[in-house]
Amino acid sequence: MSLVNFTTREITCKIVYYGPGRSGKTTNLHYVYGRVPETRRGRMVSLATQTDRTLFFDFLPIDLGQISGFSTRFQLYTVPGQVYYNATRRLVLQGADGVVFVGDSQARQLDENIESLQNLQSNLLEHGVDVRTMPFVMQYNKQDLPRELILTPADLDDALNFRSVPSFPADALHGKGVFETLKSISELVLKKLAAGSPAA
Amino acid sequence: MTSALNPRFSFETFVVGAANRLAVTAGRTVAENPGSAYNPLFIYSGSGLGKTHVLMAIGHAAKTIASQLNIEYLTLDEYVEAFHAAIAAGQGDAFRRRFQNVDVLLVDDVQFLTNRKEMQAELLRLTEALQQSGHQIVLASDRPPAEIADLDERLISRFSGGLVVDMGIPDYETRVAILRRKAEERGSKFQPGVLETVAKVEYPNVRELMGALNRLIAFQAVNDTPINAEAASKVLGIPTTSSAAASPAAASSAAASPDEFSQFLTDVTATVGKAVEAWRARVTEAVLRWEGEGYRTGRLEKLLDQEQPAAVDDAIAAYVQDVERLKALEAEVAVLDPQAAGEKVFRDPDHMDEAEAAAAKVRDGAAPPPAPSAAFPFETYVAGPSNEVALNAARDVIAKPGKKYNPLVIVGRSGLGKTHLLNAIGLELARKKNAVVACLSTQAFVDELIAAIDGNRVDWWRARYRRATALLLDDIHLLSGKERTQEELFNLFNQLVDADRQLVFTAPAHPNTLEGLEERIVSRLEGGLVTEIVEPDKELRRSVLERLLRQQHVPMEPALLDYLADRPIDSVRSLTGIVQRVVEAAAAQDAPVSAGLAREVLEGAPPPRRTTGLRTSGIVVSSAGGVRSREKMVWDWPAAGDRVIEDLR
Repeated sequence: MSLVNFTTREITCKIVYYGPGRSGKTTNLHYVYGRVPETRRGRMVSLATQTDRTLFFDFLPIDLGQISGFSTRFQLYTVPGQVYYNATRRLVLQGADGVVFVGDSQARQLDENIESLQNLQSNLLEHGVDVRTMPFVMQYNKQDLPRELILTPADLDDALNFRSVPSFPADALHGKGVFETLKSISELVLKKLAAGSPAA
Repeated sequence: MTSALNPRFSFETFVVGAANRLAVTAGRTVAENPGSAYNPLFIYSGSGLGKTHVLMAIGHAAKTIASQLNIEYLTLDEYVEAFHAAIAAGQGDAFRRRFQNVDVLLVDDVQFLTNRKEMQAELLRLTEALQQSGHQIVLASDRPPAEIADLDERLISRFSGGLVVDMGIPDYETRVAILRRKAEERGSKFQPGVLETVAKVEYPNVRELMGALNRLIAFQAVNDTPINAEAASKVLGIPTTSSAAASPAAASSAAASPDEFSQFLTDVTATVGKAVEAWRARVTEAVLRWEGEGYRTGRLEKLLDQEQPAAVDDAIAAYVQDVERLKALEAEVAVLDPQAAGEKVFRDPDHMDEAEAAAAKVRDGAAPPPAPSAAFPFETYVAGPSNEVALNAARDVIAKPGKKYNPLVIVGRSGLGKTHLLNAIGLELARKKNAVVACLSTQAFVDELIAAIDGNRVDWWRARYRRATALLLDDIHLLSGKERTQEELFNLFNQLVDADRQLVFTAPAHPNTLEGLEERIVSRLEGGLVTEIVEPDKELRRSVLERLLRQQHVPMEPALLDYLADRPIDSVRSLTGIVQRVVEAAAAQDAPVSAGLAREVLEGAPPPRRTTGLRTSGIVVSSAGGVRSREKMVWDWPAAGDRVIEDLR
């Protein structure tokens, strides 16, 4: 993991969007992609099935330009949510500086959310990373769906956010909560950097 | 050495408000009438409120009015540096002359006079000189004179004697005016209300106000769209009443602002700014730590001046490594020379080479001091009633150096064996483990000090003697009139005695009868044991004679011994002298050394009329003279005329 390189004056943050299948991870990236000026974004790489399901992963590099003399780049990744792509998920997680868990707010998806969260934890452990030390935020997506179908952010917090990390209600399709989430995870990652903990 | 005046810092570019009007007016007055209005002018204010600007503006204005004026602006640090450099180069007087010829002297950051006594004295002298010659001096500081810690009262009164003015934090209107002028200077235009919004924030100084303006200018440049007051508040993190950033209405697609990415960028910039600034925190932490331990941190402070230095942690690590080395050097030096260990050079990691050199110098100085002469072994020192007390004292000193008699002062007339005893004690002491015995004549001691002063190596010289476990000085009375040596000996004496190191001195008479010795030295000499060696008694003379004759391989004839031992001599040296004369005479005559020969040599003095003005005894007995015996000498020559007649017959 190379977060801040003082020699080349680069900051590179790898942020991984994690969550169950169809929770809206790729939608998050698409929305960000649509808002980033062309000059600042790289090509978004999506390896998707015909039905628009992420087969491998999405990758969106964003160049934030020179910040405090550092050439700053964000790399946003998503993982395939489907249970059987765990090897890919583990691979994508490698070297992540921060993780966004995109949960599906639909009540019937609660078990999938929990399963994915556990999967995240075990995959991080495989990399020798304790989820408690990893910059981590939650996003409860699809809050725009009818109330009777979804759980409120408070309910979801109770069910999923037992570490009390920052959480954001979102409607990724329309962009609500997308940048708030990105901003929050960025801050956590950069603050960890400020604490001097990242390895050079 | 002096800084050039920054052309941007003139009165024209200085925004005057209620908080700084007095300072600016005083500054203008001084610039128009240097040396006559307010002298010295002392300006103080918090950091970033325009002291340096006003100081330089005075310089510019004075130069504009009278271009021939010699104007110098410099910070106190530059002044100190210049002074030290001048002193090191032996150009102290030139340095003083140079500043005395300045018409308007502008000195910034005077608060750094704290704990710099020598610079305070220098500045006081300079201030007086400038005032007397009608030259202007303007000083700037971040606090009033009386609050500069440890500042000489005379300087305080001198500074206060001119005009002391302060500059406060600019009010709202001044802040707006400053922002407008600076924005104009930068060629940036803002929508109405933007600068006013910024000015509402009470930044503690103008520098931070400029920082806020810079952020707005940068932000506006990135966005290519004019920023409004609300956005400005957001950019600067100023809370506004109309803020509705997290409006729930954003659920609709229309709510998604096209500025979302820019906003994100701003947020990230702020966070990265803070994160990247973490290196500053680390550097500052290191500075505080090492400064607290008394090390110079210039190298680290320079890092802080840079926008973004590379490899900060490496720089800190290298600094720490240097400090560790300094600590090691200092510890090493402390053993050899405690005083040298306190030198500043061991606290300055920026000049490692100097520290290494200083340590090497001390190491060199650790070369042992002059040792006792091997020609005077203790065994050959002949004991007798006349030197018994001194000899016993010497034995005690050898047995318990530094404990029993300290100092031991051996007094007695010349030739009684003081030097022998001194060196004999030295040799015995030198046998002890880890002993470093310094044994030399006082004259050599004085000469060494003079050479050390001449070679600027007094510290080295001191270090040599401070290491000694015993110091033995012969003929201490030669210190008479040598004030500096007495001073050095006094200090050395105290240090050695405190450390239970033995001191032994010899003198021709009791210390309190010696002239030209300082009271403090005399009292210390008298405070130990003063033991006298008197004229050798017969027993001693006999023992000495036996030894001398044995050395010359002369048969030990009792009559000869008795005769020589009874001779009226007052020192061992004279005894040695007469034995020498007798032995030489015997050799010249090819006769054995006998009592008769000795009597003949020693008592057969030539008639007084022939010896007038001559050292006759030497001539008569010297083999060099070719005179074989007294009988063959023609003492009364016949008159020349009689001799000629006789020859003619």
